[in-house]
Amino acid sequence: MTYTFHWEVPLREWPAFLWGALATLEMSGVACLLGLVVAVACALARLSKHRYLRGPATAYVEAIRNTPFIVQLFYVYFGLVTVGINLEAFTVAIITLTINCGAYCTEIIRAGIQSIHRGQSEAGLSLGMTYMQVFRYVILMPTLRVVWPPLASQFIATMLGSSVVSQISAEELTYAGMMLESRTFRTFEIFFFIAIIYFVMAQFFSILFSLTGKRVFRRAWGQL
Amino acid sequence: MPEIFIAFSYKDVLYLLQASLVTVALCAMAFSCGLVVALAIGLMRTARRVRVLRFVAAAYVEVFRGTPLLMQIFIAYFGLSIIGLQLPKFVAVSIPLILFTGAFMGEIVRAGIEAIPRGQWEAGWSLGMSYMQVMRWVVVPTAVRIMIPPSVGFLVQLVKGTSLAYVVGYVELTRAGYIVSQATYATMLVFTLVGLIYFGINYPLSLASQRLEARLKRHA
Repeated sequence: MTYTFHWEVPLREWPAFLWGALATLEMSGVACLLGLVVAVACALARLSKHRYLRGPATAYVEAIRNTPFIVQLFYVYFGLVTVGINLEAFTVAIITLTINCGAYCTEIIRAGIQSIHRGQSEAGLSLGMTYMQVFRYVILMPTLRVVWPPLASQFIATMLGSSVVSQISAEELTYAGMMLESRTFRTFEIFFFIAIIYFVMAQFFSILFSLTGKRVFRRAWGQL
Repeated sequence: MPEIFIAFSYKDVLYLLQASLVTVALCAMAFSCGLVVALAIGLMRTARRVRVLRFVAAAYVEVFRGTPLLMQIFIAYFGLSIIGLQLPKFVAVSIPLILFTGAFMGEIVRAGIEAIPRGQWEAGWSLGMSYMQVMRWVVVPTAVRIMIPPSVGFLVQLVKGTSLAYVVGYVELTRAGYIVSQATYATMLVFTLVGLIYFGINYPLSLASQRLEARLKRHA
């Protein structure tokens, strides 16, 4: 092996990576919050009695979950240009991540809603709880408790998956690495360094969500 | 429009279908070899006596699940050339996918083994069976049934994962789509086709995974 490693290259350029990491977090955070809104709407549509609500929601979820994110990204990126809308790559990335994350979250929310039996809210009402009390203690908190861990994993999956948006030159962590790589050609060192940053962020959020989950839902007893 | 663009024709469709075979081959390679890694990881993670094995396997899984597949592909691809290995592109791209499969399937293997109640192990041992014998005759027959639905589900993830071989220029379905779209300018048409082909591969797998899971629940 004759290769000499130059770890000082990525270390020297730490501000670019810090900026990139923040951009990645911003992008995936916004996309997940918007995706959650999409997901609640689609989950309700999927559970609706009306076929014309259920059909499109199911089609959306299946189409997204069965195709690669990079293809969805190109589709939206080139598609918007074709219809004459020119957006920044960063915005396109957020839109596609939202569409993608929304589909996965739909299934999580749907499972959460379905985990609450109808009999439970009736039991609450017959115990003399008001509608608001039933909604809060019997429906909302137990549902949130069920969906919290998978939603946390989904956020992390979206954050890691967002590295793909570098392929349309959206400026985030991986893109910052690619820019540096094209100047210095220290490909291996740079991407290894970036992988470590992703890993640290994933572990950090995994622990953070798990601790908050335990704290917030400690007193929400509901049936799991 | 200048004549440098070639009109989109049935030949491009054939090209895309050919490329989808590359995707399937990549997926088959990664899954079959990844399964070997996964078995090792699953057995290591469930080793009760040897803490080092458990730790190494857990670290492996955390690293591969906690970093983007894109990074894994970049690192493995360029890392291989650094250590002086000149491999065919297909193999070089397969290696990160194999390791990725090993981590995710390893967790499925672990869950399958752990689903077997402790009492069955003890029953086997008290009959004088060895670790391997209990594994072969008691654990594996049930664990495999539990592992099948999530494994089929993982295949969907793997097929989607192979699309990231795009980033190192390996011509599979996504890269082929990109090439055709650049040559013909029929971007939307091409990516619709590419999406449909992926969907055609994945949707049956998704359905099968759901059905198998429902059947397992009924029998349990």
